Amino acid sequence: MSTGTSPTAPKTEVVEEVVIRFAGDSGDGMQLTGSQFTTTSALVGNDLATFPDYPAEIRAPAGTIPGVSAFQVRFASNDIHTPGDAPDALIAMNPAALKVNIKEIKKGGLVIVNTGNFGAIDLTKANYTYNPLESHDLDAFQVVQADLNKLTKEALAGLGLDTKATLRCKNFFALGMTYWIYSRPMEPTLEWMKSQFKKRPELVEANQRALKAGWNWCDITGVFQSRYEVPPAKLTPGKYRNVMGNQATALGLVAAARLSGLQLFLGSYPITPASDVLHDLSKFKNFGVVTFQAEDEIAAACATIGAAYAGNLAVTTTSGPGLALKGEAIGLAVMTELPVVIVDVQRGGPSTGLPTKTEQADLLQAVYGRNSEAPLCVIAAKSPSDCFDAALEACRIAVEHMTPVILLTDGYIANGAEPWLLPDVAKLKPINAKFRTEPTDFLPYSRNPETLARPWVKPGTPGLEHRIGGIEKADGTGNVSYDPANHEFMCRTRAEKVERIANFIPEAEVKGAQSGKLLVISWGGTHGSIASAIEKCEAAGKKVGWVHLRHLNPMPRNLGEIIKRFDKVLVPELNLGQLVRLVRERYVVPAIALNKVQGRPFMTSELVTAIEKELA
Amino acid sequence: MTPVTLTKKDFKSDQDVRWCPGCGDYAILNAVQSVFAEMGMDRSKTVIVSGIGCSSRFPYYMSTYGFHTIHGRAPAVASGIKLANPELDVWVVTGDGDALSIGGNHFIHALRRNVGLKVMLFNNRIYGLTKGQYSPTSLVGAVTKSTPNGALDNPFTPVSVALGAGAAFVARSVDVFGKHLTETIKAAAQVKGSAFVEILQNCNIFNDGAWMHVTDKDVKDDSIVELRAGKPLTFGKTSQFGLRLNGFDVQKFEIGKEGAIDDCITWDPGMPNPGLAFAFAQLAEREMPMPIGVFRNVERANYERAVHQQIAEATAKSGQGDLAKLLNSGDTWTVS
Ligand SMILES: Cc1ncc(C[n+]2csc(CCOP(=O)(O)OP(=O)(O)O)c2C)c(N)n1
Ligand code: SF4
Ligand SMILES: [Mg+2]
Repeated sequence: MSTGTSPTAPKTEVVEEVVIRFAGDSGDGMQLTGSQFTTTSALVGNDLATFPDYPAEIRAPAGTIPGVSAFQVRFASNDIHTPGDAPDALIAMNPAALKVNIKEIKKGGLVIVNTGNFGAIDLTKANYTYNPLESHDLDAFQVVQADLNKLTKEALAGLGLDTKATLRCKNFFALGMTYWIYSRPMEPTLEWMKSQFKKRPELVEANQRALKAGWNWCDITGVFQSRYEVPPAKLTPGKYRNVMGNQATALGLVAAARLSGLQLFLGSYPITPASDVLHDLSKFKNFGVVTFQAEDEIAAACATIGAAYAGNLAVTTTSGPGLALKGEAIGLAVMTELPVVIVDVQRGGPSTGLPTKTEQADLLQAVYGRNSEAPLCVIAAKSPSDCFDAALEACRIAVEHMTPVILLTDGYIANGAEPWLLPDVAKLKPINAKFRTEPTDFLPYSRNPETLARPWVKPGTPGLEHRIGGIEKADGTGNVSYDPANHEFMCRTRAEKVERIANFIPEAEVKGAQSGKLLVISWGGTHGSIASAIEKCEAAGKKVGWVHLRHLNPMPRNLGEIIKRFDKVLVPELNLGQLVRLVRERYVVPAIALNKVQGRPFMTSELVTAIEKELA
Repeated sequence: MTPVTLTKKDFKSDQDVRWCPGCGDYAILNAVQSVFAEMGMDRSKTVIVSGIGCSSRFPYYMSTYGFHTIHGRAPAVASGIKLANPELDVWVVTGDGDALSIGGNHFIHALRRNVGLKVMLFNNRIYGLTKGQYSPTSLVGAVTKSTPNGALDNPFTPVSVALGAGAAFVARSVDVFGKHLTETIKAAAQVKGSAFVEILQNCNIFNDGAWMHVTDKDVKDDSIVELRAGKPLTFGKTSQFGLRLNGFDVQKFEIGKEGAIDDCITWDPGMPNPGLAFAFAQLAEREMPMPIGVFRNVERANYERAVHQQIAEATAKSGQGDLAKLLNSGDTWTVS
């Protein structure tokens, strides 16, 4: 691709991994730029993890601090679990992006600044009273200044695009630069542009030119002394694709429908960061998926219950505030013992909170957030690709145990991406969906002796007509019953049914030390950060055991026994201490809480420090 | 298939009916059971969904499939059932509080979408089950447990709300008008999209006589006008009164004295313009007779059919989805 010859050919350094962050105004296309970089890195075989971080406002005032949108990618030739703590490189498209992000960049790191946006007004918008490029602010970094606006204009000259459309291509100029610096091929992005702008050939040309110009600029000017290469990762052999959590959730739900032979029904109401599951499933019509955008979350949950009653694999997706609205309906699903899957892509709260930021603070809402004794199964996904397995597991438990299941994911894994070792479809375990059709001795509230599940009957089945509802059921017949002893019996039976799920799920596995001083117990999207921290500690010769829970209600049956083998239990969570309460309550241990609620994931270093402190 | 003659009994469940003696709900249950029998409805393919309220106990007393859900949400649950399986005949039973207060949103959206549900709203102008608070159909001034000095807020007219939501079939009947009620329910049963029937119902415990001013034997001839398709709108003991258009308004006149029978509006529920239906929905509030019968009956695209149509078209176009292909789509790479 490169045309010119460099004055002094830069040396190429092979490195194990790089963390790079693209930051700009929300109108600058940073999410797109970052995801293109990610796709290309995936295709060259790196392991990777991403962290998109964007404002809740669609377009906060241009150039301001609240309008900054960033996308962090970590790509590596080794096995990584997180998008990384401190980036090695920052691409700052304007002063606001520089201001917000510079504090997190590694000292000595590379900082590429678009000087085209560093006029007096731009500086003021970012609340700078001086020009940081002319100060000592950036002394600790290798700074490369380039007027991307001007360079992009030059590259696109003669195409006849107006200034606005021209400047919109500058993110690809920046991407071209990073492709040169990190020795990435341009072809995947060039191809992508062709299909993305199929109907606008002039935009294909413009964006392709910008990308190539960015690359060439680096090649010709010799501004950079080194280029880097990150060789392919030694991943488990197999076929991979890059996947985001919400995508994987949607695919897992479709797979569950196939594995159970049921029609998939999704009742949902748009909410960040869950909407992409609705968007994705709406595209899978030729898989027989029915998607229903209801008038609100209550209707979404209720329609989902209706669909489950009618014999569909019924799912509703939402985020925290939506889960709150669905509460009463979920209680109805508990009472009518229907298989309903509720996906909660957690975000910062309470109330509207931090809609685009991550948090793990809906655990107690999921476990307890309904009136009266309303037990149900709660599970959580641990990484973007794991959302696929978690969605399958949620559907399997719901259908085989006739219970609502809440699947907790979070904004971090929902929007984050990682390489996904594609499963062999033929080897996925079928989901056992059975409908009762035999009228003889039919009782709507009779029970499977092992699971305590009640029979699932599709309306339309002759001879099995019956009535269900939210009023307490008489054991067996399911008729309305106000009998005191029956009520207690039914409350205990519903609880027992959920508890018995523990007999059908795998036991918890301890990673690292099997006994000793410290056991870390975690759940959900913190998996990557904790895995990195545990690896660091182990590499330093520290002995620590770690259990990461998929099943939060019920918990694995051997967890109590595991806890007994350790002196101390540490529970890191992105909330003010929720799993820690469940652990304390169920196992009566003085578990120690490690909490963070900043709308951001744990940094590996924070976890290492905490673990070291407990081991000291 | 050999036709079996069904009777009302075939639609009775084994549960004891637990409404207060004298409650209007009994007559409605009776009417529904006889219509279902007469129409030879398939019990196993019929689902009755309700919310919460006295009226919403209805499904327990029917031998069909039934789902007694939560307050106000029956249209949403029923929409899910109908979308999941359009072959089912899905009925919703609701009250004035259930449909218009807590469930107002679901009620209008189900009608707007034209989901194939038959919605029967038992309007007793009171919260029966919670023992007598005013409802969104209670009149201004209504003295109830929660409005001892009289209700202050203006009521909804259910038929207007349904028309406003774009409902394709809208009707009104009365618990004690057995024949009219069964005919109205029968008409609703034949609708493909949403059918909405308001049934004026007496709660003899908490709001006795709420509809006496129109339903009482002595006054009903003068206070009710029956909307019959293709018929001139007349009322009165000897059909001595007619209703005609005066500009945009409806006017009552004495036939023979103030005008001729030909001046009467000929009722057409299929009119594309819902304007006249709206005017009639509000008629009784203006010291005019209370219209009963079918206000509106027009064809509109049916939601669940359209949903499944899209699925069928997508499947015809791109073939039945292949899971392995779907998972393997996008940019993939192989690590060896
Ligand atoms: C969430 C919720 N809020 C309140 C109630 C209490 N509640 C039950 S029925 C009802 C009103 C019923 O009135 P209506 O719908 O007119 O039915 P009716 O009893 O008159 O037939 C209320 C307020 C409830 N069951 N659930
Ligand atoms: S309270 Fe009123 S509506 Fe309820 S059952 Fe009794 S009479 Fe009927
Ligand atoms: Mg009422």
